[in-house]
Amino acid sequence: MTESRFPSSPDEASSDMTSTEDSPALGRRRFLTFLVAAPTLTVAARLGLGADSAHAAPKNGNGGGNSSEPTTPAEPVSETDLGTTYVLRVTAENRMVFESPKADVGQGISTALAMLIAEDLDANLADIDVVIADATGLPRQTVGASDSIRSMWGPARDLAAQARARLVTAAAERWDVDAGTLTTRNSAVFAPDGRSATYGDLAEEAARVTSPAVSTAPKPVSAHTLVGTPVPQQEGRALVTGAATFALDVAVAGALPAVVARPPTLKGTVVSFDATAARAMPGVVAVTAIPTGIAVVAETFWEAQRARDVLHVTWGSGPVDALSDDKVTERLRQAALPLLDPPLLTNYVDGIFDFGFVNHAPMETLSATADVRGGSATVWCSAKGPNGVRTAVANAIGFDKSAVTVHGTRGGGSFGRRLYSEAPVEAARISKAVGKPVKLLWTRDDDMRHGRMRPASHHKMRITYGLGKPLTFTNNSSAVQLDLGILPFTTLIDPGFGGLPSIGSAFFALTQHTPYDLGVEEKLLNEVPLDFPTGAWRSVYSGHNRAAEEIMIDELAKRLNKDPLALRIELAKSSAAKALLQRLRTVGGWGRAMPTGSAQGVGYQEEYGARTGCLVEIDTTTSNAPRVTKAVVVADMGQVVNPSGLEAQFMGCVMDGISTILYAGNHIDNGAVRESSFADFRWARQGQAPLEFEAHLMPSTGSPGGAGELVIPAAAGAVANAYARATGRVHRRFPIHP
Amino acid sequence: MPTYKLTVNGNRVTVDAPADMPLLWVLRDKLGITGPKYGCGIGACRACTSHLNGNEIQPCVVPISECANKRVTTIEGLADGDNLHPVQQAWLDEDVAQCGFCQPGQIMTAAALLKTTQNPTDADIDQIANICRCGTYCRIRNAIKRAAAK
Repeated sequence: MTESRFPSSPDEASSDMTSTEDSPALGRRRFLTFLVAAPTLTVAARLGLGADSAHAAPKNGNGGGNSSEPTTPAEPVSETDLGTTYVLRVTAENRMVFESPKADVGQGISTALAMLIAEDLDANLADIDVVIADATGLPRQTVGASDSIRSMWGPARDLAAQARARLVTAAAERWDVDAGTLTTRNSAVFAPDGRSATYGDLAEEAARVTSPAVSTAPKPVSAHTLVGTPVPQQEGRALVTGAATFALDVAVAGALPAVVARPPTLKGTVVSFDATAARAMPGVVAVTAIPTGIAVVAETFWEAQRARDVLHVTWGSGPVDALSDDKVTERLRQAALPLLDPPLLTNYVDGIFDFGFVNHAPMETLSATADVRGGSATVWCSAKGPNGVRTAVANAIGFDKSAVTVHGTRGGGSFGRRLYSEAPVEAARISKAVGKPVKLLWTRDDDMRHGRMRPASHHKMRITYGLGKPLTFTNNSSAVQLDLGILPFTTLIDPGFGGLPSIGSAFFALTQHTPYDLGVEEKLLNEVPLDFPTGAWRSVYSGHNRAAEEIMIDELAKRLNKDPLALRIELAKSSAAKALLQRLRTVGGWGRAMPTGSAQGVGYQEEYGARTGCLVEIDTTTSNAPRVTKAVVVADMGQVVNPSGLEAQFMGCVMDGISTILYAGNHIDNGAVRESSFADFRWARQGQAPLEFEAHLMPSTGSPGGAGELVIPAAAGAVANAYARATGRVHRRFPIHP
Repeated sequence: MPTYKLTVNGNRVTVDAPADMPLLWVLRDKLGITGPKYGCGIGACRACTSHLNGNEIQPCVVPISECANKRVTTIEGLADGDNLHPVQQAWLDEDVAQCGFCQPGQIMTAAALLKTTQNPTDADIDQIANICRCGTYCRIRNAIKRAAAK
């Protein structure tokens, strides 16, 4: 039995690369792969760390090169004994099936994983089926922290290489030739004499190969022909023909539409209700109270909504009814440590920033289908943490977890929202109460008025400087308490980490890295325990905190009478950062003459084992309708799996930066969210999108960095800086035009 | 409950529905046509965009009573059998979709635009009000121009 191992985190060999996301608590993990006893070829990969001692070394050090190498089982492991493993199957029908631990919510992870598998299998991409796994406790079966490619880069390639080696060996045995003479391509093995066999044809014999006759190591990156090339999303055809299946499109026989009447203020309660009129409405099947409101189940969603409108509910107050925006801002300002009086004769620049709440607002509102009957529960939803959903559903309806099945569906966007389990929990409660399968829809106003939000935040920042150089940087931030919910990685953060007051403070300390040498740094985020529905929002604290820091760099440049991009190059901590910023200056055409009311701006960010710079051009000549006309992103991502998917993530991040800085936020009026739809939550539309977009990659061969969130702070900073330069005004509250 | 006859994606259908029931819910809940997506219910996000007698509509705000004896085309009916509509093909060529939830509406909007404006300018495309929360706008713009060039 051959073994191999991979770190599941990015290589940190690049000494000047930051790796704040690599929490000490997460450490490094390695996978061991092995054969599974099955009718056709099935290989599995298991985390070495903490694995059964019969299957793995008792101890796993951090990093490679030590002597405690994991060992793999000597015999095929039975299919019923797989436990928490990744599994790749080759079927007799010539399909390569991988049950993915990563929900696909539009980030293109399924396609990227299919590419990694196809590459090392030498299979046709079209022969790979990446299916979203049920909640089964797979390693890293969570989507967050831009970790998916970083955590799957090793095991996906390893599984494919292991499978390929066995297919080649099976062909060699069948043809009685030296395995070393065989080649593979297009999902088939070829002999020099012209014979060939498809993987499907060999799958049964390959299942019996315990000792592969050829290397089981993945290809060197230099040999890649598919990975690193742009590939369109594999679900594309289903998506453009309307055939793709989202949570409410799942065909569950007899599943009835359900909506929930929710309180007028956040987290309000039901005191009493009278459903007489609602029950008399056409199509209504049932009305039932759940902890978060009153559910109406009907033949159609229209009838459910009509009946919801005539419910008589007496609502109790919620925990934040006394709070409106001004009060929230005041509390935040009190919670952030004050900036002390500066020492005499010291030059300094201060910036005090406020960011409002921002709903995640995925296009597909929260939704789930659930069938809770006969002592078991099945739910269908898009879940970035399906195991957390399973536990939450089980707890909510009083079932053992073993009686709950969670099927993952494609998600219509997430941006952090589908890390939380409200929809499947409510759907399960309603289904259990009415004894029928139900499809739960959060209407858009539900989603906007009761959805989670990026916490409002406040940032007091000061840079002192002398002789043209920064001397100190103080960042005293505060934010409304962040509910990190079911994110497994937060459970790994010691709440007392670094003596910090809360998990949010610890998360801030672990992730908020300033990529410039600003002298002595002091940074702290204090959380304010206000009971708003908050959540991890794409890039978590970086989208506001790092954007504010980027504004500070521009303001420092102004004081020092230096060019903002040149100052960044001067202050960047790493040579790689300097090189990237120099590239951005060139490809972005930095410094070109702009008409009055227009300007360029830049921002920079390092996170998720990657780095990026963004340059935008903005036109502010139309009152209250600024337009970013051009955006250029340069990124240093390490090895890239799918450049097309990567560019898509960059575009999305740029739009998030544009929207959150210029237009889209939520207001709080006496404990209620003012906005109720995209009519008043001013997310950017086509007319606010850049007319020109470019992405450029720095040459890099390092391990892959995380792409999903990286560009937001750079883009947000660039937009804010461009807007300030175009208007000649300093802006301190975001979004600017909510 | 009134009965309505209409043609949906080339098929004659008869549905019993309240007169004020929006077409979206007739399609999704009564006819099982799930391509048009619910995004807001007030015509603001335009994820459900489809065609009524060839013209762009938002089915979430068009009552079934206004669709009687008319032709409804949803995203499922845009292709000619297995042959994708040029706009759909352009969407694939530009790898537009991210989550894909808004894309049926985006495609139906683009297809309607190209019927009336064969070579849309950037200013024409700027008028498209469909929300894409993933931020695929630049690729949508490119895909519309690609489809227009065919």
